[in-house]
Amino acid sequence: MLTLRYEVPGDDFTRAGEASSDVKRKLKQLGYNPEAIRKVAIAMYEGEINMVIHAGGGEAIVDIDPRQVHVVLRDHGPGIPDVEKAMQEGWSTAPDNVRNLGFGAGMGLPNIKKYTDEFRIDTAVGEGTTLTMTVFA
Amino acid sequence: MTVRDLAQRLGAEILVEGELDRPVTAGYAGDLLSWVMARLPEGAAWLTVMGNLNAVAVCSLKDGACIVLTENASLDANAQARAGLEGIPVLRVEQGSYETAVRLAALLGEQP
Repeated sequence: MLTLRYEVPGDDFTRAGEASSDVKRKLKQLGYNPEAIRKVAIAMYEGEINMVIHAGGGEAIVDIDPRQVHVVLRDHGPGIPDVEKAMQEGWSTAPDNVRNLGFGAGMGLPNIKKYTDEFRIDTAVGEGTTLTMTVFA
Repeated sequence: MTVRDLAQRLGAEILVEGELDRPVTAGYAGDLLSWVMARLPEGAAWLTVMGNLNAVAVCSLKDGACIVLTENASLDANAQARAGLEGIPVLRVEQGSYETAVRLAALLGEQP
């Protein structure tokens, strides 16, 4: 079992994706199944971007073992008032400057759900959001 | 067809060399990064006007073969540096994504 921890910086789009890229690289080195690597990379990148856009950053904790990759993304941002809406493709509250970068299509959380085998959102308005996701090897 | 062949056939400018000998096995066009993140096929030449750092990250995470900037879109300096580090070729053409996709489809042996 290998545990990796990352700080995800807030409001810094130039560094968003560093954690998921590093996890992808490590999983490749471990000889992990390529499809599982792809799923983890996509889901984690979307989560990272969300933390940068909406929550002022946060932390990522990744547990890797031969059977599965378990990722926890935790932030202390504003929380999600309506999770059901946030899970709908196309629903987005991203500001215009973020849309200009090519984000804000309202695909983040739906992508995470699509590319993970288990996915859970724990969120409280004013306290923050924790995404817990698992991809099986 | 490798990325190098594609660049030659499209008459594209090569902004970042990267893995030019990588085969191109598919194509994709789109500018909304989250959308592309969900759909970009592995080994695809990705046609877009998004020349920022996040576009490079998406192409890398999805194992795209290369980025093709259409309509002479600009490539940010930090994106250029990152693409070089990640080995992702970045090409640039004058034509739009639609025209380029039609040509790419013909090159890939698909019916346009």
